[in-house]
Amino acid sequence: MPQLTINGRKVNYNGDPGMPLLWFLRDEQGLKGAKFGCGAGLCGACTVHVNGEARRSCVTPMAAVESMTVTTIEGLGTDDALHPVQEAWIEEDVAQCGYCQAGQIMAVAALLETNPSPTDADIDESLSNICRCGTYFRLRKAIHRAAKMKAGDAA
Amino acid sequence: MNAPFTTRRDVLRYGAAGGALVIAAPLAACARPSRADATPAVSPWFEGAVGGFVIINPDETVTIAFPNPEMGQGVDTSLPMLIAEELEVDFDRVSTVQMPLEIERNAEGEIGWKYVPQGSGGSTSVSGHYEALRQAGALARALLIAAAAEEFGVPAAELAASKGVVRHEASNRNATYGALAARAASIEPPEIAPELKPASQFTLIGTPQKMKNARAIVTGKAVYGIDAEKPGMLHAVMARCPYFDGTAASVNDSAARAIDGVVDVVKIDGPKPGEPYSVQAEGYAVVAKTLWAAMQGRRALEIEWERGPFADESSESFKNHCASLLEGTGQIVREDGDFSAAFANAADTYEATYWQPYISHAPLEPQNCLADVTDDGVEIIAPTQMPSGASREVAAALNIERDKTKILPTRLGGGFGRRLSNDYVVEAALISNAVKAPVKLLWTRDDDLRHDFFRPAGMHQLKAAFDADGKMIAWTHRLASASKYYRRPNLPETDYWQAELYPDDFPAHLVDNLRVEYFSAKSGAPRGSWRAPAHTANAFVVQSFLDEIAHERGEDPLDLRLRLLGAPGELRYEQHGGPVFNPGRLAGCLRLAAERGGYGEAMPAGRGRGIAGHFTFGGYCAQVVDVAVDDQGNLKVERVVGAVDIGTVVNPNGVAAQMESGVNDGLSTALRLAINVEGGRVTDANFDTYELMRIADAPPIVETHIIDNGEAPAGMGEMSIPPLAPALANAIFQATGKRIRTLPIADQLLS
Repeated sequence: MPQLTINGRKVNYNGDPGMPLLWFLRDEQGLKGAKFGCGAGLCGACTVHVNGEARRSCVTPMAAVESMTVTTIEGLGTDDALHPVQEAWIEEDVAQCGYCQAGQIMAVAALLETNPSPTDADIDESLSNICRCGTYFRLRKAIHRAAKMKAGDAA
Repeated sequence: MNAPFTTRRDVLRYGAAGGALVIAAPLAACARPSRADATPAVSPWFEGAVGGFVIINPDETVTIAFPNPEMGQGVDTSLPMLIAEELEVDFDRVSTVQMPLEIERNAEGEIGWKYVPQGSGGSTSVSGHYEALRQAGALARALLIAAAAEEFGVPAAELAASKGVVRHEASNRNATYGALAARAASIEPPEIAPELKPASQFTLIGTPQKMKNARAIVTGKAVYGIDAEKPGMLHAVMARCPYFDGTAASVNDSAARAIDGVVDVVKIDGPKPGEPYSVQAEGYAVVAKTLWAAMQGRRALEIEWERGPFADESSESFKNHCASLLEGTGQIVREDGDFSAAFANAADTYEATYWQPYISHAPLEPQNCLADVTDDGVEIIAPTQMPSGASREVAAALNIERDKTKILPTRLGGGFGRRLSNDYVVEAALISNAVKAPVKLLWTRDDDLRHDFFRPAGMHQLKAAFDADGKMIAWTHRLASASKYYRRPNLPETDYWQAELYPDDFPAHLVDNLRVEYFSAKSGAPRGSWRAPAHTANAFVVQSFLDEIAHERGEDPLDLRLRLLGAPGELRYEQHGGPVFNPGRLAGCLRLAAERGGYGEAMPAGRGRGIAGHFTFGGYCAQVVDVAVDDQGNLKVERVVGAVDIGTVVNPNGVAAQMESGVNDGLSTALRLAINVEGGRVTDANFDTYELMRIADAPPIVETHIIDNGEAPAGMGEMSIPPLAPALANAIFQATGKRIRTLPIADQLLS
């Protein structure tokens, strides 16, 4: 039976291999943090990590995640210890409606793994998630803050 | 949670200033978790209504319900601040929850608000509740003090409340709210409303507070409509006629029904052409056990659509239609003095024509609704700005009494005016009614972009005249558009202009000869209210035109604005946001933005700094925009400095957030957004062609400067958008010499 790991838990999947991961997460696993925004990989509200990399789960078929490790916003941090990106988001008070923010946070958390101290230009180039409320000003500040917090954590 | 106490009476009525009936609720028991972030994404979260506004738990935690739907504008924090200010609690210990729709039948049998109005729209949440919610807090405090007076056996007048503790100074005794709550709930509420604090004694209102539900959002636990569930719930998606007022010619649903998991295919009738909308379009709902099966089922539907009465409409044909209307004579909706004579005899005249397209709200959470129709009535869980509208329209659609509707608004993944309409709620109710099960209807992105109620497109012609002394003596604004006021009961076409031109807007009362003229254009595209409605379009043309005039006259654009605004004073303003427009307050915003933004400083080649200001729904806002445009015509907005005067500010942090939001919304819209129509239908289906702005184009610096002058509070949800596009266009003109008269900017600057 095809298996994958979601937030540290092994789960089985026997359904349509063409169904995107997002539907499995939201409708079968009860993980509703990743959101449906466009269904076409354009807005990033559904961003999760697959083997540590940011992926648009609305266009990632289940067949493509067999035996892989998926992390969603629910598994990014713990109640006692949020991920630095989540902490930074609270500190900078980024969210407005908040609908895109789980995807933004997952995208930024993945970015900081490969680029621990992104410049503004790096951010512009690598972050394509849409925020309809227009929280980009605080979002940018929160990315820089998270990078510093994460560097501090590591030191 | 165990109910710590119950109330004998959970509603009180007080006469408030202005003769309005203000209804406040004292402490009430509740059977729901008190922390929004400790709640599962299923509907039990919504069961057990907050009976009033305030819940005080024995552990000293306090829960405050906000009556209006939260869509990102910050009412989950600002409205509870009003209550907490008078309640005298430590705001850090307050959590906040969405109040369900609370309506009731009065003695005359009419449906009305149980506590306060509960719609989010028109930037009215704070201004509309400023008295009532402080009264609710004051009442709760008075009851807690009365409880302490009983407990201590002292007069209430000797007691004072602060940070959740009632203190008797003379005997050095304290009692916490948590300890007093049960007794407080059994006390007869006072006949006279407790006195409210003067503004000078505010300790919370006016202080920056972070958004209350930030933690729930960043951990993925915040509950939106799309997350709602009920046991036995089915899923639905719909295929709607893409053509404006089109219909289905033939339908074959056998392949759809054959898909594993599909339960039913339900026809939803569209509105009759020209009649008011309940739902927007005729369509077929595929109902299935899973969302994925429903979506597969929709793909398998075979429907041939009749293209309807607007089959020939395109973006181009509509623009040409507006242009030809402007050749003629329209409906004069304001005439001061004699515009024609003044214009004919003026020393200097100016004229420009502008075009703005249809735009979509495109909230990132697409429309959705969970409806559960049973013999007992209907329960609706949905992201809606107007829960009462949902109640009214669902009751009408199902032909039931409104008492039988239970509306539970969730947090909204954006609203922007789209969710003032409850068409998707009605659809879900009709589908649930047909299949006799709870149904969650989800719109996909193409549904949302093709079946929006769009911000009207329109062509504007402006003319102005100055005398030999440089005084502006005449002004006209001629607009051809398809109004959002249409297909409404008993609304004649001669009233359509009211939604698109606000005749008391600048320069009314400030120029002797003023004519405002409207041309009602025909279009099949559904129209509605888009954040700051007509102000977005009208501020762009008026504030761009002022810049054009200034440059032609060789005047400084800021100086021209300031001299036209003239001295502070109270000018009559009869549209929403009135009754007064004070040009001095707008001038104050322009001056402050100019000063902080360095307006007028010399700019290097390829750079520009533009300014604009506008009065929107009671709030004054001005912005200075800095741009850089390279040799290829690539545009970068480097900084926006905003100044705002919305009177008394409740949450300055929220005000800044809304300034930033309006700046980015205005910029996103000006840069690339247009809804394209071809063959009587919208051709845009997703964010590949409807290109909402991403972070790369967002200004890295947005400054917010607040003028808090103690005037009556206005809102902040909309006033930061209108100045952005004209300030941007004015900056682009300085940088490039190119005047933007058509939105979006798209590739107009590319060489």
